[in-house]
Amino acid sequence: MSTVVAENNDAHAGHHHSKPTGIKRWLFTTNHKDIGTLYLWFSFFMFMLGGSFALVIRMELFQPGMQIIEPHFFNQMTTMHGVIMVFGAVMPAFVGLANWMLPMMIGAPDMALPRMNNWSFWILPFAFLIMLSSMFMPGGGPAFGWTFYAPLSTSYSTDSTALFVFSMHIMGMSSIMGAINVIVTVVNMRAPGMGFMKMPMFAWTWLITAFLLIAVMPVLAGVVTMVLTDKFFGTSFFSAAGGGDPVLFQHLFWFFGHPEVYIMILPSFGIISAIIPAFARKPLFGYSSMVYATASIAGLSFLVWAHHMFTTGMPTFALLFFMYMTMLIAVPTGVKIFNWVTTMWRGSMTFETPMLFAIAFVVLFTIGGLSGIMLGVTPVDYQYHDTYFVIAHFHYVLVTGAVFSIMAAAYYWIPKWSGVMYDEKLGKLHFWCSLVSVNILFFPMHFVGLAGMPRRYPDYALQFADLNAIISVGGFLFGFSQLIFLVVMVKCAMKKGEPAPAKPWEGAEGLEWTVPSPAPYHTFDTPPEVK
Amino acid sequence: MKIKTKSLLWALAAALNAPNVLASNELRLNMPPGISDMSQKVYDLHMLVFYICVVIAVGVFSVMLVSIIRHRKSNGRKPATFHENIKIEIIWTIIPFIILIAMAVPATITLLELDNTDDSELSIVVTGSQWRWHYNYLDYDVQFQSILATPNEQIYGRLPKSENYLHEVDRPLVLPTNTKVRFLITSEDVIHSWWVPEFAIKRDANPGYINESWTNIKEPGIYRGFCAELCGQGHAFMPIVVIAKEPADFEAWVHSEEQRLAAEAEQEQKLLAMEMSKDELMDLGRNIYLSQCAACHQPNGQGIPGVFPKLAGEGMAVGDKTAHINIVVNGSSGTAMQAFRSSLSMSELAAVITYERNAWGNNTGDLVQAADIFNFIQGEE
Repeated sequence: MSTVVAENNDAHAGHHHSKPTGIKRWLFTTNHKDIGTLYLWFSFFMFMLGGSFALVIRMELFQPGMQIIEPHFFNQMTTMHGVIMVFGAVMPAFVGLANWMLPMMIGAPDMALPRMNNWSFWILPFAFLIMLSSMFMPGGGPAFGWTFYAPLSTSYSTDSTALFVFSMHIMGMSSIMGAINVIVTVVNMRAPGMGFMKMPMFAWTWLITAFLLIAVMPVLAGVVTMVLTDKFFGTSFFSAAGGGDPVLFQHLFWFFGHPEVYIMILPSFGIISAIIPAFARKPLFGYSSMVYATASIAGLSFLVWAHHMFTTGMPTFALLFFMYMTMLIAVPTGVKIFNWVTTMWRGSMTFETPMLFAIAFVVLFTIGGLSGIMLGVTPVDYQYHDTYFVIAHFHYVLVTGAVFSIMAAAYYWIPKWSGVMYDEKLGKLHFWCSLVSVNILFFPMHFVGLAGMPRRYPDYALQFADLNAIISVGGFLFGFSQLIFLVVMVKCAMKKGEPAPAKPWEGAEGLEWTVPSPAPYHTFDTPPEVK
Repeated sequence: MKIKTKSLLWALAAALNAPNVLASNELRLNMPPGISDMSQKVYDLHMLVFYICVVIAVGVFSVMLVSIIRHRKSNGRKPATFHENIKIEIIWTIIPFIILIAMAVPATITLLELDNTDDSELSIVVTGSQWRWHYNYLDYDVQFQSILATPNEQIYGRLPKSENYLHEVDRPLVLPTNTKVRFLITSEDVIHSWWVPEFAIKRDANPGYINESWTNIKEPGIYRGFCAELCGQGHAFMPIVVIAKEPADFEAWVHSEEQRLAAEAEQEQKLLAMEMSKDELMDLGRNIYLSQCAACHQPNGQGIPGVFPKLAGEGMAVGDKTAHINIVVNGSSGTAMQAFRSSLSMSELAAVITYERNAWGNNTGDLVQAADIFNFIQGEE
């Protein structure tokens, strides 16, 4: 009996102190840090791939006329760009950050469900392989936009839709498993003394995000399944000829899609709420109002979905309801922005790369939020809807919002991950190149949209030509600026740089800075005491 | 260094001036002001919301800027320690709320007016299909379809682009001014969206459902719009052109149009009894094919593999003649192949089927006459 126990102990100890090497380490890993690293590199790869699709779009739109690609391929590019950026770049990046940081922030040894953690990552590459391979089928891949409105995605799509549906299912499973893991970890594995209202904002925002994911991913699964059966098995959920309704598709899709928008921004709020206090050397202003604001944004996100559908012909009462609810979201979002600005106020700021990205986030996300208010006003949305004004709006919240916050996070925590400081000069160069080019890219889209250019157009009337040329130039500058980011991160991964202390940022707060840099493979085997 | 800055400035100035040199059309940066009371109100609302947003942005960003300039470590600032202030937090929750109400009130009033299609004086059914618009004047015997007039040669750069590139159609919608016109918008296949910016109307065309919208145009003129909902590969190539005429001119136009369409129908009846020669059929058929069929099946009949069937050398066009007539007349449900019986005349249907059966090496030798189509449709009923 006692020998058995001893053996078990040995096996346990062996598991802790030796890890498989080479490819096996990454395939079989259950370590939250390894899985975090996998997620982050995967997301960066998808970001570059989705970005290259965007560059194909921008190349074609540089001048009026069809020059490089055909309209059918153009539609495949817009579709794949959207799907890859949403499900392949932004969401996995946040899951990667959650994997790396949440256990260290709350003083837990690992994620609560490590084997599921491994699986939720490793099914992702296959989902995207399936989706990308559909582009080589006869008729090409999905060409109905990332929103895949029926009946364009049902009766009028190619057979590759089946692969699209299958890969969406896999991505959904991956997200749901990731979300379950976050909830179980944050709820059960906090260090003694860390009450909910003492958690870092990043843990709070991710906890709320995880609940959103669990609530809406099944709706996405349902709607893609209905597309599948409508197309291949003769059902008529979205076809009026069989008693269905194409607008039902949009209600279901956006019931998923709007909370999804907040899934892609709430973790950013957590990141920014960690970085601004660190570099202002001053505690976050209004911690509890931040928590309440995040929760109310999440709650309201379920009541605004139809603002994507103002032109579908809903009853006036519904239009008014969704307009008021949409405007209401501006209140908690405003609270967050005011809190960040007040955190900066009378601080003692320095402007390292993470702080630069965080400040750019606050400014540019605010611009995106304000154009969001404009879009929420139904009568004028009739004019903005499905134009480049919308494209400008959601790229301001997604690129200069979500993506900038992810880059800020990468610069902020890379010393902890790699053990070396990143190259500050290159980091700043990356920031300024990105900041200038991203605005050349997206700001003129407001104007071209107001002037009347609809989105998803492979070719356009001549009055839009000048702005489109400028936008395309901005697109290429922004795309190639990201190579600087790649260089900075690869240098860190190769341990080239100044060795980083345990706490490289003077004003940083949190348990993650109490462990050495790079963080040992296993941290907090015995939980820390939080006062 | 100085020279560099100067040359940079020059380049910037050149870039800013470039639009004026290059533009064949005026560069527009804002929404067009309305040409009806309603679209004027929408424009005013847009500007109101825009200015409010600008004021908020300037306020927030100025505070940030002051903070960034003054509260930095390099100025020797010591950080304050405050992290809460219930009073100020309540204030900045309530003030945005009040601003939002200030926007919501005019928005609600405008919306209620926009959605009220009562008391219209003229009703037009607008039907979208891949990739054209059909207009049906319910109060008159007038209906026609409206197709992009820009030739492929301009799109693919073999000819210089004309002034209204992709913004011109063969048969514009004609509307009277100072009349409340109601649009009944629907679709035959996928979802389209009928949008004329000057009218501030954008309404989705949903297959199987009808959406309503209205306008009351003040000034005669030409107004141009787009399809605004992704509807497949021809999405960018189904523009809208509206010509607004004084009511008297409109009456004259609509009556001459009625007469013209009636004469066409009469001619059609005569043609039923007549045989067209192969050359006539092929000539007419080629024109119809290029305007109606080539977007999907391609000008050379090769189709797009996996998406649109090939017609050259295989399938329908070299198979059974009746099946071929059937699919062109009735379409194929659940696919992009639409029924052409309502949009093409019998002689046009006959010509295009003859063309498909004899072009691109499909030398079936089959001739289809208008009478064959007539008999086919009779046989169905």
